[in-house]
Amino acid sequence: MTFDFDRVDLTDLSRHFGRRKAVARVSLAMHAGDIVGLLGPNGAGKSTLLGMLATLVAPTTGALTYGGKRIGEVGEGIRGRIGVLAHELHLYPELTARQNLEFFARLHGLADVEALVGTALEQANLADRGEDQVASFSRGMRQRLALERCLLHRPRLVLLDEPFTGLDDRAVRLVADRLKRVAAEGAIIVLATHDLDVADGLITRMAVVRSGRLLCDVAASAGIRQQYRVLVESV
Amino acid sequence: MRFFRVALLVLKKDFAIELKSYEILSTTLFFAVSCVAIFSFAFVKDGQAPVDAAAGILWIAIAFSGTLALGRTFERERYGETLKALLLAPAPRPAIYLGKLLGIVTLLFATEIIVVPMVAFLFSAPFFERPLLLVALLGLGTVGYAAVGTLFAAMLVRARTRDVMLPILLYPITIPVIIAGVRGTSALLASPVDEPVAMLWIGLLTFFDVVFVTLSLWTFEPLMTE
Repeated sequence: MTFDFDRVDLTDLSRHFGRRKAVARVSLAMHAGDIVGLLGPNGAGKSTLLGMLATLVAPTTGALTYGGKRIGEVGEGIRGRIGVLAHELHLYPELTARQNLEFFARLHGLADVEALVGTALEQANLADRGEDQVASFSRGMRQRLALERCLLHRPRLVLLDEPFTGLDDRAVRLVADRLKRVAAEGAIIVLATHDLDVADGLITRMAVVRSGRLLCDVAASAGIRQQYRVLVESV
Repeated sequence: MRFFRVALLVLKKDFAIELKSYEILSTTLFFAVSCVAIFSFAFVKDGQAPVDAAAGILWIAIAFSGTLALGRTFERERYGETLKALLLAPAPRPAIYLGKLLGIVTLLFATEIIVVPMVAFLFSAPFFERPLLLVALLGLGTVGYAAVGTLFAAMLVRARTRDVMLPILLYPITIPVIIAGVRGTSALLASPVDEPVAMLWIGLLTFFDVVFVTLSLWTFEPLMTE
């Protein structure tokens, strides 16, 4: 049975690459329903933090727990509750949209794959392009498909790195609505983005990182851009 | 069971991609055939091939084309960072390694089906006097070579110098496999066939395979975690 959790805790989490401190003593608690905006300038350590949350990067020091348990205690099953949409889309361009989704659904050991994939294609607005090779898709179409690939197994923790890249305004709204629904169903969403206008009204909390350190973790309110500017420039 | 299901799933996925383009099979095959053809132009004089050259040329063609196949297979996983997606699945990571290994081995077997008769013909090598021993040598040698190669290719997938580093790392480690393959195949080409020596090298190859595959399965997960 897949391990489940309703909170993720980072305690004094650090990751060093040689002498460079990519992440330094970050402490953060995230709960079901949170949409946490992980904000910060380039090279702030956002991707490394996402990598650690995704279990792909091992912390150098500190503790990372899912529902109070460390990765070693819960085993590989924890990955069945994590969905990742990175800047690279984790799709095989040679395969069709349907083949991609079917492959990842089976890799996750999901049941009723055909129905799941059909629903995912509809959610991505790609029901009529399911048999087309992903290589023939625009960036926006790939992005929508990749998001559904990431949500296919109904993850508890959803990690998104710039999920709005290449999307037009309508698609941005659709994706934002989709993320809100996923959070309302009890997922924890961590969203690393530079697009503060899109983040405004979507994220419920704002965690700002710079030079690997967490500058603040506050409830997001309207006018994130202003809030962010004040926070980053004042420190 | 889940372990083998995942391995087969990865293998099937690699086949599905390869069937769309035949990119890796065609380049690997072309490289192996070119390699054998160049050696034949260099060494075969007046229709006479040098004694004992065939075994070495066969294994050079397999090793070199294998390196090409390894690099290309993981280049696919680099594009779109799909290797990360595989590692993120709640599946045993060694099963992902095994799936990739089976794909490489199958690809090399397909290459060998063309290259072995070609070497036999061009170098007048009596490869097929003991077909079962030849299959055992090729099978075990290919698995041993691909086992290490798959691990290194996966490790190097994010390295900028992966094309250079793969052969530099791979060839020294797989020298025992290549030596065993060449010596075992030479024993098959001797007149009369030196069966005990061939069996000795088959035994050694089995030992190398067990060691290399076990070590690779064991180290894949920690090596793939940054």
